[in-house]
Parts: sequence; structure tokens; C-alpha cells
Amino acid sequence: MEFPSSTFLKSSSPSSINGQFIDSLCESDGVSKLKIPEVKFTKLFINGQFVDSVSGKTFGTRDPRTGDVVAEVAEGDKEDVDIAVKAAREAFDHGKWPRMSGFDRGRVILKFADLIEQHGEEIAMLDSIDSGKLVNLTKAFDIQFATNCLRYYAGAADKIHGETLKCTGEFQAYTLKEPVGVVGHIIPWNFPTVLFAAKAAPTLATGCTMIFKPAEQSPLSALYLAYLAKEAGIPDGVINVITGYGPTAGAAISSHMDVDAVSFTGSTEVGKLVMGAAAASNLKTVSLELGGKCPLVIFNDVDINMAVQTAWQAVFFNKGEVCIAGSRIYVQEGIYDEFLKKVTDNVKNWVVGDPFDPQVHQGPQVDKEQFDKVLRYIESGKREGATLLTGGKAIGEKGYYIEPTIFTDVKEDMLIAQDEIFGPVMSIMKFKTIEEAIEKANNTKYGLAAGILTNDLNTANRVSRSIRAGGIWVNCYLITESSIPFGGYKMSGFGMDSGLQALEKYLKVKSVITPIYNSPWL
Amino acid sequence: MSAAARRIASSISCPSISTVLRSSSSFTLGGRIAGVSSGIQRLSTAAAALEEPITPPVQVNYTKLLINGQFVDSASGKTFPTLDPRTAEVIAHVAEGDAEDVDRAVAAARKAFDEGPWPKMSAYERSRILYRFADLIEKHNDEIAALETWDNGKPYEQAALGEIPMFARLFRYYAGWADKIHGMIVPADTPHHVQVLHEPIGVAGQIIPWNFPLLMFAWKVGPALACGNSVVLKTAEQTPLSALVVAKLLHEAGLPDGVLNVVSGYGPTAGAAIASHMDVDKLAFTGSTATGKIVQEMAARSNLKPVTLELGGKSPMIIMDDADIDKAVELAHFALFFNQGQCCCAGSRTFVHERIYDEFVEKAKARVLKRVVGDPFKKGVEQGPQIDEEQFNKILHFIKSGIEGGATLVAGGERHGDRGYFIKPTIFSDVKDGMEIAKHEIFGPVQSILKFSDLNEVIKRSNASQYGLAAGVFTQNLDTANTLMRALRVGTIWINSFDIFDAAIPFGGYKMSGYGREKGIDSLKNYLQIKSVVTHLKNPAWL
Repeated sequence: MEFPSSTFLKSSSPSSINGQFIDSLCESDGVSKLKIPEVKFTKLFINGQFVDSVSGKTFGTRDPRTGDVVAEVAEGDKEDVDIAVKAAREAFDHGKWPRMSGFDRGRVILKFADLIEQHGEEIAMLDSIDSGKLVNLTKAFDIQFATNCLRYYAGAADKIHGETLKCTGEFQAYTLKEPVGVVGHIIPWNFPTVLFAAKAAPTLATGCTMIFKPAEQSPLSALYLAYLAKEAGIPDGVINVITGYGPTAGAAISSHMDVDAVSFTGSTEVGKLVMGAAAASNLKTVSLELGGKCPLVIFNDVDINMAVQTAWQAVFFNKGEVCIAGSRIYVQEGIYDEFLKKVTDNVKNWVVGDPFDPQVHQGPQVDKEQFDKVLRYIESGKREGATLLTGGKAIGEKGYYIEPTIFTDVKEDMLIAQDEIFGPVMSIMKFKTIEEAIEKANNTKYGLAAGILTNDLNTANRVSRSIRAGGIWVNCYLITESSIPFGGYKMSGFGMDSGLQALEKYLKVKSVITPIYNSPWL
Repeated sequence: MSAAARRIASSISCPSISTVLRSSSSFTLGGRIAGVSSGIQRLSTAAAALEEPITPPVQVNYTKLLINGQFVDSASGKTFPTLDPRTAEVIAHVAEGDAEDVDRAVAAARKAFDEGPWPKMSAYERSRILYRFADLIEKHNDEIAALETWDNGKPYEQAALGEIPMFARLFRYYAGWADKIHGMIVPADTPHHVQVLHEPIGVAGQIIPWNFPLLMFAWKVGPALACGNSVVLKTAEQTPLSALVVAKLLHEAGLPDGVLNVVSGYGPTAGAAIASHMDVDKLAFTGSTATGKIVQEMAARSNLKPVTLELGGKSPMIIMDDADIDKAVELAHFALFFNQGQCCCAGSRTFVHERIYDEFVEKAKARVLKRVVGDPFKKGVEQGPQIDEEQFNKILHFIKSGIEGGATLVAGGERHGDRGYFIKPTIFSDVKDGMEIAKHEIFGPVQSILKFSDLNEVIKRSNASQYGLAAGVFTQNLDTANTLMRALRVGTIWINSFDIFDAAIPFGGYKMSGYGREKGIDSLKNYLQIKSVVTHLKNPAWL
């Protein structure tokens, strides 16, 4: 059986400027016209000011299309985190932010959302240049998500309700929901703006202050967003951004004695370190959004074309750099062969190339490390005996492009079925019965999300309850909205982002009890 | 805003004013009192001599019915005059809606609900429209406030600094709810999956009063729209103007045609047509208890539409003997006289502990004599005219009954000036529970001060009323506050405060003050249907 291969496109945008790009597909005049957006902010953002790091050190953030440095960014370390925490502490303990009414905070957050919308194009380009994300999709999805999310929590800021309680004795008791204090947010590089907003919005709504550490691969949008936050009227010290590395800046936040909560999104491995540091320091509240190895279970009774499209997006969206990627595709035997054929057919419609090109579907992986790791997993898949249907190779000589890759005959114990690859690699497995599907789907240390494609109501309901994961998509996949709580079971972490539940991460519950006399009711 | 205006604003203390004053102390006031009396004193005038009424800085642009996004004449072609309560002169002739117009409005609302796009839009889009509407209100704040004052007689500063900003604030509150209306998944004893959906109820009929025309608009229209319903609104015949202006702005903000229809007209005709309409799915009414009974009956006799009612009150304001008398006097004064006493929750029974009674009465008298009555467009005026001749006469009748019934007239007791519907702020002391003025809702600037001697007594007397809308409690003693808080059978208790009306605080009555709650999360329930969806489960992993 012969399978078509996907198209590789490295084009240029007419408005692009300088930059070198050597490639066989490069412009005929030999000069690349790769678009590189202007980078305005490269310093740490502390207490409302852009400042150099204490050490004066910087690090290069790279363009994954070429591996070239786009900008030198201040490298924050422990000393910088200390200064940022102090600013956040002051802003929380004595500043006006937690003392403003929820409604007034909401108005500021709405303004912040408007500014992001206004500067959406610029922010999207920063995420693209940093992470290799499709610029159009980033505008359409990431920026939209961020503004919607901020508006959602703006409206929630004046709806944080405690409760009055029933007591057995003659007591009047109620709960107060108080902001937890200074929050550390450590966010990854796959959705830099989305995750900044998803963390910042509920934190702002509750009246907390925060320190962000964006990923070292994608520091630019966070700095831009912090600038817009200030423009919107968020007081100095409420949002601080320390760009830098995990083992230095990230660790300093997780183990800081004056940070009240840490919220981390990233790998399970690092999640363990963050939680350990929190435990070893001040027992700060921890919430973790970690890895996933999400099953997409496709039953015989579905429309095969819908199934192929859904599975394709589930795996290849954002180059597979998605914690909820449907990286284990379970297909029921009745449609297995047809599914394989159609899914591989789909490769020819898939264009890999410059993420600034509107025709492109898949940009480069974020960096050399991820690129190498994905290729290693592909090799391991081959070595362990899976059948490589298509793809499997790097594309071009520069940058971190990988072909959309599909394996079949994948066994449960293979590394590619067990580990989070975080790349454009689909693993397809066959199953017979619903019981088998459930068992296999749950055969993972992760529990972030799952997809079910079926039109049978009983199957949908049964599998929904049986898979131990924080999100279940039935006849759809990757649907994330501000109102829908998002988070993991098992080693995918704990604590929910999004939804009203996300507010709980940044709130402490205080019970107040006082005696009452001669109450007409209890 | 000048410092003087700011002080006046605080003195009338519409709670929302505190939120509009973006001064350093923007959290203050509401019903908490701070340095008010000095400001009043400075601005008080000898009053009495009525000058020529100030020309309102606004024009009347909309006088027709708003049906299906269009301003239209009534089917009959009839109009009615809306009057300036300062002078009893006609402001404008307004289209008079009747049953036929209500039919048209309901048909438009029905179509807008059944066919969309409003309920089919994402809640996020609905919220964006409501947010845009609030922005437009803010932009037109002063002209809307002027119209409100012209039609209603309330002090312009109260409208411009308090009520219109509060109106925008309420719509922002409901905008925020639109995408957070969550049903539940509830457990079942047997293998069943149970979803509870909160669906919009359909076409809401809403009848609002004249004392806070726009705030009542916001309390009703806000939650109805946030939940995805369509609305037929009947404004009070005394105050039809402001609703038409804001409804126009709501369409400008993106509200689809037919979602909000405004029918001006009278209760027995237009109001009755809404209440008894077979195609109206829900009825919300704010007004008198007598009319509340009528609309509920109409709902029962027609299609059993669910009803919520915000009705009258005779709210106690209880001043304990440990209270700071000066502050208590000011708060009790505000609780009663705010908005010319035309508040359903006015603290119209001021219960004062016997140990401080005489001193309280003296100080209440001193305060009331300083109250500035006059043209509501004039800076510093605290009290404008009553709404219309009927109310004016009713209040004077109650004052007469108070005098004849043996209460001591401490101050006021007659009309103010000889034009329009102004009444002097009036105080009675030695009021007994059985007197008419202690039992009935006067809805005017008449404070009745009653004496009590112990806590149990005041609880009993406070609860001895057909009403149960609100109560005020003034004490520093925590146990007293806690005891009263639970013992009083009313929907809102203000402790060391009064008339705090934040968007998030539910408001509504016990007993014959009605049922259902407006504002807060509870208000959404008035405009939602609850649907339980039960699906049988095959081999569920857990129950």
C-alpha cells in the first residue's frame, strides 16, 4: 500500500523583512523573506516596570523555523523572584487590588481583554515566532480564548459567594471566600497567551496578586500581556513576569516561603518537582495541569469521515504539542481498515511549513530538544515493532519540522503508547468490545481527557463515566471554553483551570461562627 | 463634580453613589453616615419661595410604543399626557397602549423567542451586547438622568450620580451572569444519568412602577435578557419616558428586534392585558399589594403563568439604646425620606428605644427642618415633588389621619409651596401600632416614630404587619443584631445601614410584600425553566 506524503511549504509573507533562510524551497533570489515581528519587551516585569535581571544575564529565545535567536531576554533567577514576590506581597497586603470591589476589578479585567483584542495580531505573531504556532490560528483561537476568558472572569469577580450554614447548635455560621494571596504561575510554551489568560483571569478576579514564569521557549507574549495589563489599569505589583528557566526561576517560585499558591502547567515530571518544592518550603497550595496520553475511542457506528477528521485534529492540532492531544486512537475493528486508509489519505491535504503562511497547517516543533525527542519516539516506535504508515522524518535542514506521522499495530506496552510524545505522531490501535476499549483507555498513568465517537447513547454514557479523566468529548474533541472546567485525574494533576471551579484555586474558605440566642429557626 | 455636590450625593446616599464617586474613599457611605450634616447645613436654604422651574437639559425624543424594534403609534391612536410633578404641566403626550398593542408586542416577543436569534445566540454574545449597552448608558448618563428627574421629580443629582450609574452597573452584573447559568447533574438511586437544564422561560411580561423607573427596568429586564428570554415591559403611566430611551440604546447595542418591547399605558388596560395574556410565559410585577393580588389572579385565570411580586412594605427601622444617636437619626431620616419617601422598603416605622426616645425625636426634628425641598434640578436639593396628584392627596390624607388619630405632629404636615406636588417633610411622634399611619404604606415623606422598651417587644411589634419587605437595625451589640436578624420576618435586613442595593444582594418580600427575589443569583430563577433530563444508564462505572 502506498501512501501520499504531505506537502512541505516554507513560504514568505509579502510584508516580511530581513532574516536568513536557506532551504531548497527558498525564494528564487536566494534571500528569504521570513516574517519576524517586532519584539518590544524583553526585560523582567516587576512592580509595573521593565527591569534587567539582577545578574544582568540574558538568554536567547529562538525562532523554531530556523533555530536563530529572535531576541535576548532577561534571565530571571532567585534574586529576581524575591523582588517580584516582594512586590506581589506588597500589592496584596497593602495595595488596592484585593480591596477594590469585585465589580471594579471586573471593569479593569474587561479593559485588559479589550486591549488584548486590539493588539491580538501582534501577540499572535509573538507566540508564532516563539513557538512555531500558526499565526492565523493563534489569532482565531488563542487570542479569542484569552479575551473571552478574561471577560468571563471579569463577570465572575462580583459573583464569588460564600454561604450561610445550617448548624446543629444555636450558632450563626457563614463562610467567607478570601483571596489566597500571592500566586506563582508557571506556564508552558504550547499555548503561551491562552495559559497566561487562563491563569491570570481567575487570579485577578479573586483579588490575588501573581508572579508569572513563562516558558523559556516563549517568553515574549507574557511580557507584552503584562504591559497591556498595566495599560488597562491593573495596579503595579499585581502581575509580575519573571522570564527564565525552570530549575532557577521556576524553582525559586515553587519553594518561596512567601508565595501562597503555585499553579503549574507542564510535564508530569516537573509537576512532581514543583509539588515537592512546595511541600519542602511552606506547604503552599498546589495545582497542577500535567501531561496526558488521551485516548480517542472510535466505535463502529460513527460516520467514518467525521471520525477521521476528529482524530486528525485531535493529534495534529498545534503540531501535536497539546497536553490533551488524542495520542492514542482506538478504532473498533469493524471500521479499522477503512479508518486507516482514510486517515492516511488525509496526509496529502496537510501542509507543513512556515506558520506565518496562511496555507500552512503545521509549523515547526518548538525547539531542538522537543524535535529530537519526538524523532527519538518515532525511532522507538519503529524499533518496538509498530508499523509506520506515513511520515516519520524531519523535514528540511533547518528548523524543527517533522512530518505528520502515523503508526499502526501499536501495542499497549510500547513507549509510543505509554509516554506523552508531544509531537505530530498518531498511534492507532484496534479494539473489539466496549469493555476492552474502556480497559485500554484507562491503561495509563494519565487522566487528562478522552474522546468518544459513537452515536449509541448507552455507549456514550457508559464510556463517559468509565474513563478516569477530567474531560470527555463525545463526538467532538479539543473543545475548551472558559466555562468548562479543565484538569486531570491521576498523574495528569489536580485542580481545575477554567469554569467557576478555577476560582477555587485562588480562594481560601474561612468559616465564621458566632452564637445566637432565641433564634426562631435553626 | 464639586465637593458640595459630592457631599449632597452622600447625603442622599443612594448606595450606588458611593460606587460612582471615584474618590479615594469610594467604598464609603451607602447607608453608613459620614460627615453629612455639615454639608447639608451649608446648602440648605430658606426654601419655601418657589422659583420658576429650571428647564430640564434634555429633550423628549421618544413617545411611541416600542414593538419589534420599531417605535409605533398605539393601535387606537390614543395618547396620554405625562406630567412634570414640579408643576403638573404636560411634558409630552405618549402613545397609550392597550390590549391590541400588547397582543402585537407579545407576538413580536414570541417570534423573537421561538425563532431567535436571541436565545440561540451564545451566552457570551448576549453578554457582549449587555456590556455594550452599559457603555452606552454611561455615555448618555446625564441626559437619561435629566429625563428621569423631569418625569419623576427625584433630585437630579440622585439620578445622575446614583441611579443611572447603578443602572449600568446592574446590566454589567447580568452581562456577567449570561455565560454562567449552570444547571446541575444530580445523583440517582438507580442506574440513571440525570441532567438538570436551566432553560429560558420564554416571553416575560414585566410591569414596573414609577418610583425608580430605570432601576426597576434593570432589575427586571437585566435577568430576563441574561437568561435568553424576550420581554414585554409595561412602564408606569406616570413615568413612561426613560424606558423608551434606554430601550432604544439597547437596540443600538445590538439587541435583536422583538426581544424587548415597551408598552406605555395604564394598569387596568395594558397591564391587565399582559397579566392575563395566554402567550406570556412569566409575569413579574412591582407595585402595590392591592394590584399584586389582581395580577396574580389574572395569571391564575389565564394560563397559570408563574408570577413574582415585589409589593408594598411597612418596614421597621429599629434603633436600640446603645446606638450612636446622631448617626441613628441620620440613618433613620435617610431610610424614610430618600426618594421623597417613595420607596417600597422605606423605613416607615421608626422604633426607638425608650431610653433615647426623647432625644431622638428632638434630633430627628432638627434634621428634618434642614431638609432641602425644592426643584429637583437645583443643586443641593434633597427632596423634590411627589409623583402625582393622587399620591400627593393620599399622603396629605394620611397626615390628617395621623393628627386626628392622636399622634404628635413634630414637623411638616402640609404641602410645600403652592404649585406641583411638594410636601413638607413630616414627622409624627407618639405613634401607636393601631394608627393608620403605623399600619399602611404612606409612600411619602412622613416619618412615624414609635417607642419600645425591650427586644422581644420590638420583635413582636415589628412582625405585626401584613408586610415583610425589609427592616433596619441600629445597634452595636452583636447578640442583639444576630437575634433581630433571624427574628424579623422580612426579606432584607440592613444592620447599621439602610437601602444598600448592590446588584448581588437579593431583594424581595416575606408575607404580603410578595415573593420571588430580584437582583443576585436568585433573580435568575425567575426567568428560567428547570428541565430534568433522565437517561437510563447501561453498566455505569459508578452511581
